Amino acid sequence: MTLVLYRIDDRLIHGQVVVGWGQPLDIGFIVLVDDEVASSEWEQELYRMGVPPEMDVYFHNAEDAARALAAYRDDPRQGILLTGDIQTMRRLVESAQVDSVNVGGIHFRAGRTQRLRYVFLSEDEERQLRDLASKGARVTAQDVPGARPVPLDDLLGGVER
Amino acid sequence: MSSEPRKSGPVGGPRAIVAGHGDFAAGLVTAVEQITGRGWQFVPVAVHQLSVQDIEELIRQRMVDAAVHVIFTDLAAGSCTMAARRILRGMPDAVLVAGANLPMLLDFVFAEGRSAPEAARHAAERGRTSITVHGGAA
Repeated sequence: MTLVLYRIDDRLIHGQVVVGWGQPLDIGFIVLVDDEVASSEWEQELYRMGVPPEMDVYFHNAEDAARALAAYRDDPRQGILLTGDIQTMRRLVESAQVDSVNVGGIHFRAGRTQRLRYVFLSEDEERQLRDLASKGARVTAQDVPGARPVPLDDLLGGVER
Repeated sequence: MSSEPRKSGPVGGPRAIVAGHGDFAAGLVTAVEQITGRGWQFVPVAVHQLSVQDIEELIRQRMVDAAVHVIFTDLAAGSCTMAARRILRGMPDAVLVAGANLPMLLDFVFAEGRSAPEAARHAAERGRTSITVHGGAA
């Protein structure tokens, strides 16, 4: 088994990830890549307590995540890799082959335009998503497994699906 | 013994926040109101499509506005629970109960003799033991 989902979600570990995706994909571990969380024991404990005991959570900053990726891909369990922003995912994709990236939730902030119910993007973030796609990753937006994946062109076209 | 009838309306301000996914909070509070007429003890908070920071700010503001120190949330892994735990970090007298259900909130609204945090702890136990399963072949 391996990492079966590479997800960008600014809520990081939450119900959609642990239950919505975690249960149907039979997830055994989550790799949370976030500089701030990686540097805070308190934040890590917060996220650890949010997952069931049979699920492991591993924390990395953006820099060392790429080096650790191979080991997670060889893990006999299925896992999810999570980043809280596009930039962090882009750094991973630049250093390792990632076939597909799931945009799971990027919420409102000043300067962002709504693209989907759960995706708001600035112009710079749109460019970063296109850059991800140009590096070979298939980028789609999908909050939960039952929803239809929205292709990047539709996402940036702003068509609510 | 007093023969004075029980007051049917609010006798004080809200005592707790209820927060969760979708319409979880409003639904539970509506149910409490329907059963007991004491739904006013709760401030329901919905967090549709907010960022983690905005959820934290919203719940914190509701707590300040209502002057309450108790939060009930739906799911241990949920965004509301995560936000509430961050809020509690600077509020040591506050109580968070994750995994709220209707029996729990019903217990809470009738525990007016206890402080809200004490009532929340008591209600959590009631909620934990209120689940029963009937029927079905083993």
